[in-house]
This record gives sequence, C-alpha cells and structure tokens, in this order.
Amino acid sequence: MLLNEEVQILRQVPLLAGASPAHLKLLAFTSDRLRYEAGATLFRQGEAGDVAYIILSGTADVLVTSPRGEIRVAQVSAPSLVGEISILCDVARTATVRAATPIEVLRVRKEEFLKLMQDFPDVALQVVRVLAGRLARTTAELTEARASQLPAQD
Amino acid sequence: MESALEGSLAGYIWRHTRRQQIWVLCIVLLSMVPYFLALDLPKRIVNGPLQGHGFDTPEATQTFLHLSLSLPFLGTVEVFPGISLGRTPMLFALSFVFLALVVINGLFKYYINTYKGRLGERLLRRIRFDLVDRVLRFPPATFKRIKPAEIASMVKDEVEPLGGFTGDSFVSPLLLGGQALTALGFIFLQSVLIGSITAALVLVQATLIPRLRKRLLILGRQRQLTAREFAGRVGEIVEGVGTIHAYDTSNLERADIGRRLGIIFRIRYELYQWKFMVKFINSFLAQVTPFLFYSLGGYLTLRGQLDLGQLVAVIGAYKDLPGPMKDLIDWDQARQDVEVKFAQVVGAFTVNPMIRPEVQAVSTAAHPARLPPLAMTNLTLADDSGSVLLHPVNLRLNPAESVALVGKTAGGGEAFAEALGRQIWPSAGRISVGEDNLLDLPEAISGRAITYVAPEPFFLFGTIGDNLLYGLKHAPIGANRSAPADQVTRHWERIEAERAGTPDLDLDCDWTDYASAGVAGPQDLMARVIEVIETAELTEDLLTIALRNRYDLSAEGDLTRRVVQMRGTLVATLEQAGLSGLIIPFDPEAYNEAATVGENLLFGHAVDDRPPGGTVRDTAYFRALIAETGLQTALFDMGREIAANTVDLFGDLPPDHPFFQRLTFMAAEDIPRYDRILQRLQGRSADQATDEDRSDLIALSFHYVEPLHRFGLLTEPLRTRITAFRRRFREGLPAEIAAEIEFYDPARYMTTANLQANLLFGRIDPREATSHERIYEVLRDLLHREGLHDRILAIGLGYHIGTGGKRLTTVQRQKLGLARALMRRSSYFVFNRPLSALDQRHEAQIVQRVMDRLQRETPRPGILWVLSNAAQAGLFDRVILFERGTPVEDGPPATVADKSPLFKELMSA
Repeated sequence: MLLNEEVQILRQVPLLAGASPAHLKLLAFTSDRLRYEAGATLFRQGEAGDVAYIILSGTADVLVTSPRGEIRVAQVSAPSLVGEISILCDVARTATVRAATPIEVLRVRKEEFLKLMQDFPDVALQVVRVLAGRLARTTAELTEARASQLPAQD
Repeated sequence: MESALEGSLAGYIWRHTRRQQIWVLCIVLLSMVPYFLALDLPKRIVNGPLQGHGFDTPEATQTFLHLSLSLPFLGTVEVFPGISLGRTPMLFALSFVFLALVVINGLFKYYINTYKGRLGERLLRRIRFDLVDRVLRFPPATFKRIKPAEIASMVKDEVEPLGGFTGDSFVSPLLLGGQALTALGFIFLQSVLIGSITAALVLVQATLIPRLRKRLLILGRQRQLTAREFAGRVGEIVEGVGTIHAYDTSNLERADIGRRLGIIFRIRYELYQWKFMVKFINSFLAQVTPFLFYSLGGYLTLRGQLDLGQLVAVIGAYKDLPGPMKDLIDWDQARQDVEVKFAQVVGAFTVNPMIRPEVQAVSTAAHPARLPPLAMTNLTLADDSGSVLLHPVNLRLNPAESVALVGKTAGGGEAFAEALGRQIWPSAGRISVGEDNLLDLPEAISGRAITYVAPEPFFLFGTIGDNLLYGLKHAPIGANRSAPADQVTRHWERIEAERAGTPDLDLDCDWTDYASAGVAGPQDLMARVIEVIETAELTEDLLTIALRNRYDLSAEGDLTRRVVQMRGTLVATLEQAGLSGLIIPFDPEAYNEAATVGENLLFGHAVDDRPPGGTVRDTAYFRALIAETGLQTALFDMGREIAANTVDLFGDLPPDHPFFQRLTFMAAEDIPRYDRILQRLQGRSADQATDEDRSDLIALSFHYVEPLHRFGLLTEPLRTRITAFRRRFREGLPAEIAAEIEFYDPARYMTTANLQANLLFGRIDPREATSHERIYEVLRDLLHREGLHDRILAIGLGYHIGTGGKRLTTVQRQKLGLARALMRRSSYFVFNRPLSALDQRHEAQIVQRVMDRLQRETPRPGILWVLSNAAQAGLFDRVILFERGTPVEDGPPATVADKSPLFKELMSA
C-alpha cells in the first residue's frame, strides 16, 4: 500500500476528518508503516505511551485488566485510531490493544501528532469535537448505569 | 602525599628546588670565565698579532697559553709554561682559541637553558599534581560551588607561567643585580659625584617603576579572573546546551559571552596602555642619565674637576647599567605576576576541612572482610542553604541485616543513604564504624567495605567493561602488563616522577582487585561479569549493543569464522520457527526491499564512510556504467518523482519544522533548490537536463527505500535491471574501486557491517512490527546453543558509552550503575533509589534478583535500600519509615505495616 492509498484510509478516521489530504499525506509520510500478526500486542495497559496507531486494515481487541483477568471491552476495525489518549493526555495506557486478525497500522509519534494539531487548527477542532462527543456518550452511559442501580439499592 | 602549597611561590620553589638552584648558579658563575675571556680575546688579537705589539722583529715570539695562578701564601704557581709562537702562528692560535671559546660559551648556554627549562617543567608538573591531588581531597560540598571548567583552566593554563619562571627565580636577580652593582661601583670609583647622581636615578627608577606597575598587577589579576570565569561559562554552555535549545536562550548566552569578551578586551587594552606607558617612562629615565653625564659631567670636566679620561670611563661603564637594570625590573614584574597567580590559584584550591592525605593512602591490603555495626549518633544532615534534610537521628545498622528505607520523595531516606556513601558530610553528629568515625576511616576501608549506588551514577569516558570494573581498581596490585620494550619508558616514568616529587603509581599494572570481586583471578572474571549483568537485567541490552554496533574483531580469533558458519543454521532455525519471512536476505539475484536503491546497485558497503576522493558512485566508471545500462533515465525519473513528492509534502513547512527530522534523504535547505531544478526540467527528459541537475536527481534516487518512503516508484522490471547492474558493475571493476567496496559474500565476514547483519546475512523486515523481538529470541537461543552468547556479550563490553555514559539510555545507565556495584563484595551495600527510572514491574523484578543474590553471599552483606516503591519492603528484615527528615517507624515490615497508615498507603501506591 502506498502513501496515496493510506491517505484515502486516513480520511475516513473521524478524528482526522478536519485535515486536508496534503496534511494527511504528511502525517502518513512521517509515520511508520507496520504489520502485526494476529495475537501480537500493540501496547499494554499501564505502560507509558508516546505513540498512537492508525489501523489501516484488520481488527484489534481492546482489553482491560480486571481482578478476573483480561476483559475485552471493545473491538476496533480499520480505519480507526487507537492509543491517542496517552499521547493527548500524558497518561499511561488505559487498555491493552491486541491484533485480532493480521493488521496493518501507521505508527504516529506523539510529537508529530501534536505538531499537526498545532499547525492545523482544523485538526485540533475536530479532535476536540470527537473527544467531546465521546465524553457526552460516556456521561450518558454513566447516568444510565447509575439510574439503573438506584432502584436496586432501595 | 602532603605538600604545602601555602606561602609564597618563591618559598615553594626554594623548598623544592634548592639544590638545583644552587647548582645552576654555580654553573652560571663558571660560565662567566670563558665568557669574559671571549670578550677580552678580540682586543688581544688586534693588539698582538695584528698591530704587532710584542712582535717588534719578524723573529720575535710570544708565549702562548702561559698559565699561572697567584695563590696567597704559596706565591705564584706555574700551571703551564706555555709555548713560543711567531706572529702568524700566534694569530691562528688566538683565533682558534676564540673559536673554542665560542663553542664553550654556546654549550654552557645550552646546558643552562635546558637545565632551567627542565627545572621549571618539573616544578610545573609538581604544582599541577598537587592541585589535582587537592581536588581529590575536597570535601563533597565544595563541588557544588565550583565550576569544573574553571578548575580545569586553573590547573591547565593559569599555572603554566609558574614553570617558566622557576628557572629564573633565583639565578636572574643574583646575576643581574651583581652586574648592575659592578657597573655602579665602577662609576663610583671614577667619580663619587657622578656615582651618586647615577645611584639616585637608579633609585628613582627602582622605586617609581614598580609603583607604576602595581596597576598592571591589578589588571593582570582581573584578566586572570575574567578569563577563568569565561572558561567556566563556556563549559557551562557546552554542558547545558540541551536546556539552551529547549528554552530558546541561545541569544541570552550570546549576549553574556559578548559582554564578557567586552570586559576582557577592556582589561587587556588597558593593560597594553599601562605596559607601554611604563616602558616609555622607564626608557626615558635610562636615557636621561647619559644626558646628565654629558651636561653635568662635561661641565665638571670643563671646570677641571673631572678629567676627560674619567668621564669617558664613566660613560663606558654606564653602558653596562641600563641592560641589567631593565632586566632586573622585568624580572621583578614577572615575579610579582607569578606570585599573584600562585596565591590566587592556591587560594582557590584551599578548602577547609580537606580530606587528610592518610585517608586516601594507597593500600594494597585486602580489605577487612567484615565491618562492625554502623552507628549513627545524633546524625544531622543539611543542604547548602542550611535547610535540614535529616533531623538528629540515632540508629544502628547491623552486619548482614537488610533494611528498607521508605517514605515520600525527599523524606530523609535519600540523604541518610548519601551520608553513608560519604556523598554529603554530617552537619552535626557522626557515623561510627565500631570505634572510628566513618570519615576518618581510610578510604581503602570505607570505599571498599561499603558500596554506594547513586540514583544518577557517574561514568567515566570509556567502555562498558571499563566502567563495570571501575569499582575494583583501588591500587596497582597486579603485575605490569606492558611489553618488555616499554620497560624503558616505565623506568623513565618512575625516575621522572621521583624527581618531580609526585607519587609513582603504575597505570599499566593490573589494578583489578579480583579478591574484591570474589573471584580467584582474571580467568574467572568474565563469568562473574555475566552473572552480575544478568542480575541487573542488562544482558539483553548488552547483546543488542554487541550485535548492532561495529567492533574491531581482529583479536577475536575464530569468532568471525563461527559467525559465518552460523548463518546456515540460523536460516534453518528461523524456517523451523516459521520466521524466515521476517528477514530479507542479501541475495545476489534478488532486490533487497529493506535496503536503499544505492545499496542494491553496489550490493556491498563502502570500506570508508567518507572517502577523501568521493564515493564510489562519484567515479567515472560508475557513472559511465549507469549511462550505458540505461539506468540513468530510470533513476533520473525516480529522483524527479522523489523530489516532486518531497517538495509537495514539505514545501510549505518552515525549515525548522520537526517533521524534517523524519526526512532522511534531504535537508530542509535543499527543498528550494530541488524546487528550482523541477521547474527548470518541466517538460524535459533526462537527456535535456544539465549534468548537474541530472546527478542531483540521480543522487536522490540512491536513498530510496520503498517500504519506508512508499512513493510507489519501484516497478518489477526496474528491480530486475538494478540486480542485473550489480553483475555488470563487478565484471569490469577497476582494482582501485574494488578496494573501496566490500561486497556481500555469503562465505565471508563483512568488516563494514555489524554482527547482526553478519549473522542474519540480511535485513530485518522493517514492515513487520514484532519482527525484531521474534528474531532476537531465536538468535539468543541459537547463540547459547552455539556457545557464542557470552563471547558476543564480551564484545558488547567494548562499547564506548561516551562522556558520562550519554550513549546509553537513562534506564541502561541505572542498570549499569547497579551492575558496577554488584561486581564488588562489600560488608555493606547502600542503594539510593538506584532504579528510579524503571517502571514498577521491572524495578520490582530487579530488586528481587539483587536481594536474592546478595543474601546468598557468605558472609551475608548488610543492605540498606532506599526504595522508590514501598511495595518491595516485604523482602527486607527491617523497614525504616522516614517522614519529613525523621524516622517515624522502625521494625520488621509486618509490624510497621500494622502501626503506620502512611506505610500502608505507600505500599499500595
């Protein structure tokens, strides 16, 4: 797969929808193109992280460690971005991501991703929009969960 | 070795070179005899053989070389009766005597100058040694105040003139003073009046000039201070360049340097003004004396109070006065100058209290196997600003006891450990080792029986191996290892050290204290190193370092042969593991996807990275072949595409944009140039381009790697043509180019490649994310099976870690610091957050390993560990919890956990 094809995929990633094709091409060029076989781990929960991954093809599992072992909390398929929380907020990885099928990714370094946001406010705005959307959804889910717990406590 | 630097330089010189000074003075006096004879001889040649005095008749002869001595009481003793010579033979005889005297005078001069020079150099060596010796004995707090570059500049530059002055320090004033007094005395003999006038003027000169020069001395001192500070600042810039870049303060530094250089210039310029002013006054006074002779002396002569002969004699004698006078004043100036320098340098190197020399005495004795308990009595620690790090503490640490110090950061545990490691000195109270104060104990005991590991270990410039063994090198205990041919040099070193009064410690000896490492001798050392490396979890790092870097393996015997032999086995093993697809082999018939186009064309490496005559690709042979095979057009088109893509991607970015770091084949400054080339070539083909544009674009194509750059420029036919080019290239290769290239050869070790490339004989596929780990796993196993693993680790020990270990990561540095400590066997180990840079899981694992290892040792050492993670406290016999500089809990881990909520909180954090 070549740069131009990567750009086509990047355009479908919601977080990057604000970027022009030229910016996306630059992002793709400055990233590493890598393959993972099924079962390989991209990163582990608790590690420090300074890269994010854009999945170009294949599917990956998002796993969280619990007292009862690893629980799969989500599955992500191409095209999508994973690991962005660590590079945006400087926190340790909040989950483990493991390839469910053979996958191809672009590995984006923190400095380059942040620089892209700095240089192109449209990208930054889009990132804010997507993250705010997620927060709204999470809040809604939390409210629902609390609400469903309330009668149980009675 | 104690040598008092205190007092004046003259005193220092006299103390250390008394005998030599007297000797050189005697030689100088002796040299006066032929000197005056040589002065006298021309007159005798002129008067005698030339003008004919004493040769009144052609047959007349004179005695030559008649030598007799007039001795008191004995009368005249004839040493040599002399020989009779005629006029012409006499001329030649006297001329040859003159020649002989010239040679003798020259030889005297040569001897005296070399002697004085040597005297000065030895003294300089001694002063420098004494100064560095003092640095080694400064108390630790001193180093927070001084700048390394300033100290270095003092030892290196500022004391330099002291050596030059040494030879003249006593001989010159005696000699010059003697000459001046003689001339003055002679003038007095001729006329007391003129003598008094001359003496008065000399007195004015001798008092006024030094006074004027006072200002010069002050300026000289300022010059020295500002220059030293300047050196300190330059050193600081070099050390702190990272911060300067990070905060964009380079221009602040420029401003500061500019200001300093301005001040230095002002001082230096003022120095010149004064210097030449003094010179002017000095020569004026010297010239005014003859004026008085002519006017006043002439007047007296006219009046008949002085006869003409006397006046002429006075003027003649005065000729000899200004020279020595001037030299004497110059000498005095130089003396004051070096005295000031000496006093300043010594002042800067005087610190109280200095570590006593006995504490650091060389000791070849085996250290005591076991120290008694360490007792802290009212131990109080404070930092430079006076704030308390540790409130008065009374504690006892027993041998073989393992103690964990826990608490929040800067709770007091760190300072406590530093005090045990003698990194800071108590501000009150003491640490006792049995009866003795820890600080009074010889370092041969405290520095061997207690092993301290700092959180930021310091490493010396050298290899990993050098640094691992550093903690074992206390004294020259082994045999001298240098070749017999070097023994002459060694002998000279010893004699010279003795003459300069510096201690003679043989650096070529084996300094490694094997007993201290717990091994019998050099043959067992490597096993110990490997064990320690494993404990510190440094093995993997070291293997990677060994495999990824290039080393000179010529002394490694059959290693390179074994590596080549292993290639086949490795391929088979990887195939078995299903991993062979992860390596792209160097196949003469196939294009290597992981290599650049340029590497694929040559199928080899340049022997010299930067050959003086340009690279192989610049040679006419290569260029002609590229044109002949038609690759020129293909590569030109490729280069054009690369340039177009790059200009498209990066054209709008400012040149300092961080993205340019990812652009490996072009610099930001090249973008506009390639943009212009592209515009010039619009709609043109390769043939229509100028030579320069063409080679610029082709050069670009050489860097292209498809999986990395992903522009989609390599077609299958092009790959085939590039592989075909390799054969053509090698067929007609001229010998001088062949010598520049090492081709990939499955049967040979490539000296231009690292061990990894030589083992794999290919490149690890960069497209596979986990290829590296998987291949290294297989490689490690195979190396173990082949018995090469430890040998390759040993090669990694030869890796140069740069200044302060900067070529290692922070984590690697901490692990190496730990390994260096574990190489030693000590009564006590003090670990001060030695693994703070590691993540928790990793840290816990290493703490566990180190504890296991140390507790297996007999006798068991005492361990004091400042933990960055309290969760590991359970591994220890005893826990001391520190809070705000005070130990608040002390006891077995379970007890402390029961009593202290803070400890529980720290444990679970």
